[in-house]
Amino acid sequence: MTEPNNNTAIIQRSLARRYRAEKRFRLYGLLGIAFGLLCVVTLFYDIVSKGHGAFRQTYVKLEINYDAELLGIGDISDARQLAAADYPALVTQALSQRLGSVSGRKARRELKRLMSDSAGYELQSRLKARPALLGASESLWLLADDDIDTYYKSLDASGQGFTGRVTERQQAWIKDLIATDDIRLQFNWVFFRNGDSREPEQAGIGGAAMGSLLTLLITFFLSFPIGVAAAVYLEEFAPKNRWTDFIEVNINNLAAVPSIIFGLLGLAILINFFHVPRSVPVIGGLVLTLMTLPTIIISSRAAIKSVPPSIREAAIGIGASPMQVVLQHVLPLAMPGMLTGSIIGMAQALGETAPLLMIGMVAFIVDIPQGFTDPATVLPVQIFLWSDSPERAFVEKTSAAIMVLLTFLISMNALAVAMRRRLERRW
Amino acid sequence: MKSKSKLTTTSLALSLALAASQSMAAGRDYISIVGSSTVYPFATVVAERFGKTTGNPTPKVESTGSGGGMKLFCSGVGTGHADITNASRRMKKSEFELCQSNGVTDVVEVLIGFDGIVLANSNKTQVMDLSRKDIFLALAKEVPAKDGEKLIPNPYKTWSDVNPALPNTKIEVLGPPPTSGTRDAFAELALEGGCKKFDWIKAMKKKDKKAYKAVCHTIREDGAYVEAGENDNLIVQKLNANPEALGVFGFSFLDQNSDKVQGSKIEGVEPTFDSIADKSYPVSRPLYFYVKKAHVGVVPGIDGYLAEFTSEKAWGSDGYLAEKGMIPLPDETRAKFGANVKNLTAMTGEEALK
Repeated sequence: MTEPNNNTAIIQRSLARRYRAEKRFRLYGLLGIAFGLLCVVTLFYDIVSKGHGAFRQTYVKLEINYDAELLGIGDISDARQLAAADYPALVTQALSQRLGSVSGRKARRELKRLMSDSAGYELQSRLKARPALLGASESLWLLADDDIDTYYKSLDASGQGFTGRVTERQQAWIKDLIATDDIRLQFNWVFFRNGDSREPEQAGIGGAAMGSLLTLLITFFLSFPIGVAAAVYLEEFAPKNRWTDFIEVNINNLAAVPSIIFGLLGLAILINFFHVPRSVPVIGGLVLTLMTLPTIIISSRAAIKSVPPSIREAAIGIGASPMQVVLQHVLPLAMPGMLTGSIIGMAQALGETAPLLMIGMVAFIVDIPQGFTDPATVLPVQIFLWSDSPERAFVEKTSAAIMVLLTFLISMNALAVAMRRRLERRW
Repeated sequence: MKSKSKLTTTSLALSLALAASQSMAAGRDYISIVGSSTVYPFATVVAERFGKTTGNPTPKVESTGSGGGMKLFCSGVGTGHADITNASRRMKKSEFELCQSNGVTDVVEVLIGFDGIVLANSNKTQVMDLSRKDIFLALAKEVPAKDGEKLIPNPYKTWSDVNPALPNTKIEVLGPPPTSGTRDAFAELALEGGCKKFDWIKAMKKKDKKAYKAVCHTIREDGAYVEAGENDNLIVQKLNANPEALGVFGFSFLDQNSDKVQGSKIEGVEPTFDSIADKSYPVSRPLYFYVKKAHVGVVPGIDGYLAEFTSEKAWGSDGYLAEKGMIPLPDETRAKFGANVKNLTAMTGEEALK
């Protein structure tokens, strides 16, 4: 009779230890999650703290006098004169009126460097739109140079800032402008509208975003039909034999192949053999199609598998042909799962750089691509290019572009989750 | 049934690609430029200005590295191939021959300016004053033994081991990997420059050029030289975090980050815009671009791009390229290459190419 008592005592004695082990085990899990979160928070903090400045850009208010003589325009209706006119001279004149005239070549250069070259182009387009401005004056907020922008943003309360690229004279001028509130930060529309530029203040992600969109359109319209067709055939029609097993193993393998390999494939076959031009959305889309196909096939097959056999049997039972079963019953039910898989595949393709390095999309492209055969680059490559630029002002542009890319990725993944929640059916 | 539809989709994709390629090959209305990542920041500025001022499409500039650019450039004539390649070194003899054998017979060579390579450290410490010999002894894989004419694996651990006048800190240099043109130029200009100071090694050059190069260009692999990737901004950041280390990168990065890093003096000369321009700073390299003459007039805008690049406001001593960190050529050299561009004087093959 003593034996069971004994056992209870043994169990009771070990109980505390087992509880402790249990607690420790959970703690390890928690620590793992905490570490992961900490990394994410650090990353986001780093990106946001570096990049938030890029959404605002320094502008200087100037009184521009469209002096016909200074511009060298005799006849305003002559388009050639309008194009060849000396617009930067207007900016320089306005600057010296505002800040006092300077003498000496060096000082004049320093004065000119306060403003971005885009100020001249801005005046040109204004005059083109409203020829009546010739001879008149107007006060305008014009884009400042990137060195001035960096200096103005780095100024702290005591008036100290990064002076590496601005001279003492320029600092005095800026103080003068600050005193009368003629210099300020404005929301940086240029960053979203423009293509790439070597002048940081004029650089934008518009071109890269358009390139990403065109590339993804090609990827989606090629990989989705092919992927779904392959998945349907393998799931619904293919006989189970060694061949289909072989294909299945290969598809799973392809999903794990490093993406640079697809880039090499694109270079060898599409560019060198089929002579598809380099750096255009067509080639990017084709290569990314190869990369996302396995993901789409696998998720589509899973979606088709989750449609219960009873639905197929019922359809066959009332006389539907196998094709009708698939098209009218299985596919509509599996569609949400397939789309979710495709969106995740697209998000992957959006963030991909490695295969694009091989096919020439690492290029400086200013003009925003208008079609599938215009030279283009994509968002992650734009980030890569900016991160390698010497100009200081590109540091914040790089981080800002990362923020935009992350926003796209998060919203695509959120869309996938939302679709799965709303449309998925459980049996 | 199903497999058939799949087949049609696949062939559709391929025909789309083919159609695209054919429509593109027929004519290209933009200039295609490839080549060195060192020249990239300068070529892109010119390309952008050219596009904005002339109304032509902005040229496409790809950063492929000097060697990769030469390969693409020399692969043939026709709008499928690049029009211009940039290089941070002169075209090699083998590359010139490759061009010739692929029908790219007329190539115009343009020297555009110089780029300084700096050895920099964090502002928090003192400026290093190095000679090229110090650099060679600190970074070469094998160095001459103190007694006699033989090579031993690099024994030096600190800068003061190399030269008692230098601080007693660990040798740690962050620099680009072997694939980089900056690394090649650094080895050639800084290491070889120091290596030559040993007469018996210099004598080797005549006898056995290969062995000479192996001694002078091979960088040690025991951890004193850290390959920090091609991204120069990253090296600047790492220097800021580690004041003991030195970093190797292009002059324009020093210029943009003068609040964080300072350039070491080499042979007593500080790397500044002027010292590189007048060649008193010894570690600088030439920057080139090469134009395919057969494409001028076929691809619209090439002559305009060349005119923009070789205008005084671009590559002149006060031009916008100088503002971007390129060191301009002396006036006579600039005039000479400017004339070459105007007349499209092709390389003859008589040049002293390596």
